[in-house]
Amino acid sequence: MNRLRYRKFVNGVMLGLTGVFTMITASVLFLILGYLVYNGSKSIDWNFFTKLPVPVGETGGGMANAIAGSATMVGLAALIGLPIGFFGGIYLAEFGGKSVTFAIRYTADLLNGVPSIVIGIFAWTVVVVPMHRFSALAGGFALSLMLIPIALRTTEQFLLNVPRPLREAALALGAPKWKVIANVVVPAASKGIMTGMILGIARIAGETAPLLFTALGNQFWARGLDEPTASLPVVIFTHAVAPYEEWQRQAWAAGLVLLGLVLATNIGARWILSRGIAVQKG
Amino acid sequence: MDTAPDTAVPRQTSPPPIPVDAPAPVSDRRPAASQPPHKTKIDVRSLNFFYGSFQALHDINIEIPEKRITALIGPSGCGKSTFLRTLNRINEMVRHARAEGSVALDGENVADLDVTNLRRRVGMVFQRPNPFPKSIFDNVAYGIRVNGLKGDGSLHDKVEHSLRRAALWDEVKDKLHQSAYSLSGGQQQRLCIARALAIDPEVLLLDEPCSALDPIATAKIEDLMFSLKKECTQVIVTHNMQQAARVAEFTGFFLMGRLIEFDRTAAIFKRPSRKETEDYITGRFG
Repeated sequence: MNRLRYRKFVNGVMLGLTGVFTMITASVLFLILGYLVYNGSKSIDWNFFTKLPVPVGETGGGMANAIAGSATMVGLAALIGLPIGFFGGIYLAEFGGKSVTFAIRYTADLLNGVPSIVIGIFAWTVVVVPMHRFSALAGGFALSLMLIPIALRTTEQFLLNVPRPLREAALALGAPKWKVIANVVVPAASKGIMTGMILGIARIAGETAPLLFTALGNQFWARGLDEPTASLPVVIFTHAVAPYEEWQRQAWAAGLVLLGLVLATNIGARWILSRGIAVQKG
Repeated sequence: MDTAPDTAVPRQTSPPPIPVDAPAPVSDRRPAASQPPHKTKIDVRSLNFFYGSFQALHDINIEIPEKRITALIGPSGCGKSTFLRTLNRINEMVRHARAEGSVALDGENVADLDVTNLRRRVGMVFQRPNPFPKSIFDNVAYGIRVNGLKGDGSLHDKVEHSLRRAALWDEVKDKLHQSAYSLSGGQQQRLCIARALAIDPEVLLLDEPCSALDPIATAKIEDLMFSLKKECTQVIVTHNMQQAARVAEFTGFFLMGRLIEFDRTAAIFKRPSRKETEDYITGRFG
């Protein structure tokens, strides 16, 4: 009886501990979110989405150029990074020999862990310096470098998860290997791959450091991909540390917009994951 | 080696092709009632198979008769599935797997055939139903599309024909475009058979097709095998000796990577010529 009481006591203590720490974790998250939403929503209005920034001292204005700039550069990064990561992932999962696969996988993981500011310096060296100008191209290139390892590893993981009997079924019907991959393996893994890629895009959309000295920033509309371009994370960075209340207000609004975009992509990814035909696990 | 001389057994006991009017040789223990003669579809000679350094098959010699059902029985790990998987070379996708000896399909060595062509002729049904994550229709159409076999008649007709042959048509005709995963396990397995039949294979390999199914679904698969007998050479690997006795005309007994005995099913079960076979079928091990 005593023993039982002791066990129940220990059980209670452990439950209490885990509960407390869960609450700490959750409260930090909600504090940040709540603070962001509180401050952001006070400052956000329709102008924020449609107008250009106004000079210091004036009120109003918006960040339409930064929203468009972010979209442009994330789009560029997706165009460059997703196909490379996707086909590389197919190679790793389906064709690569043991040592090659290991080397590439390891490199990708390293690349994934490289501080984003280093990526920024690299992109500055290989794009900005030869072009003699900051540009959306350079920003998109820097972001794509961050996206490649994510896309590569996601694709590889989800392809490797496709059950072997499914491949064998297709091979046994006389399908050549590339058709098995294209018609059976990739479709079976497509939801996972898409989800991973969307989450990867959401992640790079919030990156600041790679854009600081590649896209730089711009108070106006960029007139081409080869011009300095504003982006939400960089705008948050410059506005938040500025001594003007109006700018700080705008930074909060930009933070809220970025959060909203990330949340939307997350929901989108989960929605994709929850519909369609899932692979049945043997 | 004394207990299992690997050269001695199967070829003698396997029924050789017999001309119509020739008297049955003594070694052929067929019942007196005359059976139609049969032709060899798959001729396997001195087949050894390795996974890396592990030898999974030792000197297999067997002649699989055309348009008959041949069962392969034996305890787990005896190599019967490995053997089956060498017949359509699907084992090649296993790393470090290697085959020696020859497997001839209609006299042509399968190693010399184009592998996709071979697999078009030799279909396979797996242990667990493994439909593609596609619709019922697309599952059956897959082989036809991949092989560009559309030929005469519409794709829909071919799919319907295959589903009818697999005795599944009536159950799925109203939901052809639903996911194959909406079907029960037994229906999925018949769908996999329909998928294999859609490209008109000459040989159908069945690797324990009923092991994941209940008795009713099993009975349906067995009925199906009977109905396919006229068109198709079938080789079934099974753990279930009753199943072998029910469906197969010929049975091979595998033990530890060797083909111990191959004969008419009745002979294997009633008068096995080898002690190991007798021990196995009477349940003394395995």
